[in-house]
Amino acid sequence: MKRTLSYLYLALLLVMLYAPIVIIAIFSFTESKVLGNWTGFSTELYASLFSGGVNNSLIDAIKNTFIIAFTAATVSTLLGTVAAIGIHDLRYGKRRAVNFVNNIPILNPDIITGISLFLLFISLGITQGYLTVILAHITFCTPYVVLSVMPRLTQMNPNIYEAALDLGATPMQAMRHVILPEIRPGMISGFILAFTLSIDDFAVTIFTNGTDGLETLSTYIYADARKGGLTPELRALSTIILVVVLILLIVVNYRSHRQSQRAEEANGQLNIK
Amino acid sequence: MLDNITKFFSRRRSWSLPYVLFLAVFVVMPLVLIMVYAFQGNDGGFSLENFRRFVTQAEAANTFIYSIGIALITTIICLVLGYPAAYILTRIRPSTATLLVMLFILPMWINVLVRTLATVALFDFLSLPLGEGALIFGMVYNFLPFMIYPIYNTLQKMDPSLIEAAEDLGATPRQVFLRVVFPLSTPGIVSGIMMVFMPTISTFAIAELLTMNNIKLFGTTIQENINNGMWHYGAALSLIMLIIIGITSLFSDSSEDGANDGGLI
Repeated sequence: MKRTLSYLYLALLLVMLYAPIVIIAIFSFTESKVLGNWTGFSTELYASLFSGGVNNSLIDAIKNTFIIAFTAATVSTLLGTVAAIGIHDLRYGKRRAVNFVNNIPILNPDIITGISLFLLFISLGITQGYLTVILAHITFCTPYVVLSVMPRLTQMNPNIYEAALDLGATPMQAMRHVILPEIRPGMISGFILAFTLSIDDFAVTIFTNGTDGLETLSTYIYADARKGGLTPELRALSTIILVVVLILLIVVNYRSHRQSQRAEEANGQLNIK
Repeated sequence: MLDNITKFFSRRRSWSLPYVLFLAVFVVMPLVLIMVYAFQGNDGGFSLENFRRFVTQAEAANTFIYSIGIALITTIICLVLGYPAAYILTRIRPSTATLLVMLFILPMWINVLVRTLATVALFDFLSLPLGEGALIFGMVYNFLPFMIYPIYNTLQKMDPSLIEAAEDLGATPRQVFLRVVFPLSTPGIVSGIMMVFMPTISTFAIAELLTMNNIKLFGTTIQENINNGMWHYGAALSLIMLIIIGITSLFSDSSEDGANDGGLI
């Protein structure tokens, strides 16, 4: 009884969380301009999304979003990895100071990050556009890369690096063949995190994209919604994003589940012996 | 010369230098600029005019208090709804729990604005009026996962033998929960409250869309001022928000270790 009630409660919460998304997904299969108005089943929105039937500004916004996310994530990963290696080697006091500043963009609300960078760019007289948006995204993405690479360095046995040097490797070789392989998983998860943060950002972008009409998906949706309605094709796009993320999560989850199962089996066998 | 440079960069701690410079320019300096602008009058000299205006002008101050109210209500609803959910999730089969936790987190991968517009659509669909109710629903809907996840994490890491010990020593289920489970989950609760309260107090677009522009939150006021070229006043309002955030994070500092454990990342 208690069990059923528990599940019922979770189910209710999930219904609440998913109801809006499900409505978007359902109405992505009808052509109606207004959300909530069913005018018969059709895949027209998907077709027009891929055939370029939508206005160019949406396609541009999608392109911009990905270009910015890719550039920002790549630069953040490089900058953050190099920084993490350096910070790891700093003495305690300095390391704490740098880590403290590194946490600021993570704790700051987006709107503050956005406005502070906006003030920076106008003070320096930099015209706002692609460059400023990318710089702003690097600013709030890099701390996450540092945070995902750092544990890998901390967990690493420092003797391995010393051993490589003793065996005649140059510092660069030791870096490439010893440290890099160890921290690669952290770099990859840092990159993915940076990429998703960048794609999802709205508040920082809106303050740094200038007045030349540079739009990302978020700012496009915002402008669109203020005009009074969502471009119907966005329903199709949102549904696609949802399905892709769902599949990715299931795959990742299934893999880690399998791995932990295998580890458990291995442990079990050891225990029997 | 070249030798010196090579030598410098072969020391690993020097590798932090580019990022330290980057942080100085893009994190520290912008925050200093907010302060500089906030304490500057329109003529460029030092002035407290912006803060005087905030206190005397009813509109901004009212919006500020109203926003804190909305953020508090949202946080409380999220806690009341989220705690039982997190608790139930730790009591069911681990494989089912992993799947359900994933389902709770999944909506966060969808753009916040799309989710908000979906909420608007839901209210339209059910022919409910947009306004305060929609605003709070939308906020809760957007931030509930941020409450469930940290609490779930701390509850899950809790040593089950503590519960067993309490049971063995004769505690009723109610006592076990109130005296053992709940106090041990405080770090997760604090972390969850932070992760809901801080973004709710600073949102701007969400309120606009959910109330057809009828209700203004503090974030919207800041954005409007910046957009209208009132940089000094906007900076002063940002500084006020920063202070609120600072005060909020002081509360979590006392339980910092736990909060870090329960954090989303």
